[in-house]
Amino acid sequence: MIDIVIQLSYLLASVLFIFALRSLSRPDTARRGMQLAAFGMLIAVAATLLHARIVTYEWILIGAAVGALIGYPLGMWVPMTAMPQRIAFSHAFGALAATLVGIGEYAHLYHEQSLTRGVMTALGFEVLLGALTVTGSLMAFGKLQELLPGRPITFPLQNYFNLALFALGVAGLVWVVLFPYDVWVFAAICAIGLIVGILIVMPIGGADMPVVVSLLNAYAGLAAVATGFALDNNVLIVVGALDGASGFILSVAMSKAMNRSFANVLFGAFGSAGGPDEAAASGASGDMTAIQVDDAALRLAFANRVIIVPGYGLAVAQAQHQARELVDLLEKRGVDVRFAIHPVAGRMPGHMNVLLAEAGISYDKLIDMEDINERFAGTDVALVVGANDVVNPAARTNKSSPIYGMPILNVSEATSVIVLKRGKGAGFSGVENDLFVAPKTSMLFGDAKQSLMQLGAEVKLA
Amino acid sequence: MTSTAVIQLFVFVLAGFVGFQAITRVPPLLHTPLMAATNAISGISLVASIVLAGANQSVLSTVLGTIAVGCAMANVVGGFLITDRMLAMFDKAKAAKQEERASARVH
Repeated sequence: MIDIVIQLSYLLASVLFIFALRSLSRPDTARRGMQLAAFGMLIAVAATLLHARIVTYEWILIGAAVGALIGYPLGMWVPMTAMPQRIAFSHAFGALAATLVGIGEYAHLYHEQSLTRGVMTALGFEVLLGALTVTGSLMAFGKLQELLPGRPITFPLQNYFNLALFALGVAGLVWVVLFPYDVWVFAAICAIGLIVGILIVMPIGGADMPVVVSLLNAYAGLAAVATGFALDNNVLIVVGALDGASGFILSVAMSKAMNRSFANVLFGAFGSAGGPDEAAASGASGDMTAIQVDDAALRLAFANRVIIVPGYGLAVAQAQHQARELVDLLEKRGVDVRFAIHPVAGRMPGHMNVLLAEAGISYDKLIDMEDINERFAGTDVALVVGANDVVNPAARTNKSSPIYGMPILNVSEATSVIVLKRGKGAGFSGVENDLFVAPKTSMLFGDAKQSLMQLGAEVKLA
Repeated sequence: MTSTAVIQLFVFVLAGFVGFQAITRVPPLLHTPLMAATNAISGISLVASIVLAGANQSVLSTVLGTIAVGCAMANVVGGFLITDRMLAMFDKAKAAKQEERASARVH
């Protein structure tokens, strides 16, 4: 009887989770939907407490209290700019939970001498994928947080070595399915998973990290699915499948936005400091034209249409509020202002939308790349704030450029371009930008926050 | 293959399909909240962790289970809070706009 209550609660929770994902298709229903999902989680947890195997509650309470204490700051105090590394960090938690459950369940069934091949297959997958996700996510976190060097770390025959090690892990998996009571082989699978996680993220540069974070999300989901198979628990299978689907869809979307294949991201070591031949091949020559704040402000104030292109420079400078103030001032003067959002602006998909929403910029002013690209031609001023690669025309014109083929914003079609940039260095991918030396482009050097503030002050005077 | 395993496979494939349908409809605007949201609901491993922590099988299992409960709980609490924080911002942006429209009508 109680078991049926538990199962039905899981069913209800699964429905609520799916409903929540559906509600995320529109900004105005999303919040309510996610609150229902949280309610679903509460139902699932409450029902689980009735489980027949539970005989003591003190350790559950201690774990839950500690987890809540860790989770609260992760939810409330982490700044929106740090979202990518925060998500990576959380994946490590989720995957660690799955891995530990896998090990604990193995210990339990080993003790009872009731390991079957079916369960062993699931446990093996769970532990291998889980362990790989734990260290992979921690590596991604370290790189995004700049605790580890963001550049790719490579060594000769790296891919072969990684593949060989992964093959060894899979071989171990097959072995424990055939001989479930070989504890050392099971332990070896865990260890191999942990090492593989480190090795697959090591050669990936900071620019590609969001794809990896998203892919690790998918792996964590699959680890949860395996847990569900092992424990005969449908809600874990459902949620794991949702998680896996989301991770894969977002990874593919991001790879597409950067015009790179999955394999390319995983094995390419993109984002390395461009060698001398690359720099030469980019063909960026000529000088940048600097502009003073008052001139730039006048140009904006007397424009009819302005498109702002926010990039990571805006995010690191935390300049989203200054951007909104500038927009408000311009709109008061009757200037039509829109934001052009490249799919990978910021450090993860949709990251820029969140940052701008944080500053209270209405989301119907945020236009996706496909919809805004045709508008650049009729735009008086394109104001690029700390974006580099996503506006680099070399992606269209220069076949030898490492970002060739990447979809970009057509900023160069605007009548004039003002670029807010800290200095003269190259962007995240290490590629020089032809746009910055184009005759119609003026550079306003300085910190994005300072520059936007000064622009606002000057627009007020204009 | 046992019949339970077959049913589980059904559940997996169908859930994957439903998930794919739901998630492809999420606009790029909400991709970051989506990531945070799936992160939050992945805390469902809490249900497996709770059983392990409370089953009192062995010291090892209890320790592993307790740590797992902590990890999963951190994801649940942190994930739902941050997703809500983000989505509230999108609410606010919309609310500000409606206000603007309303005041424009008055003038």
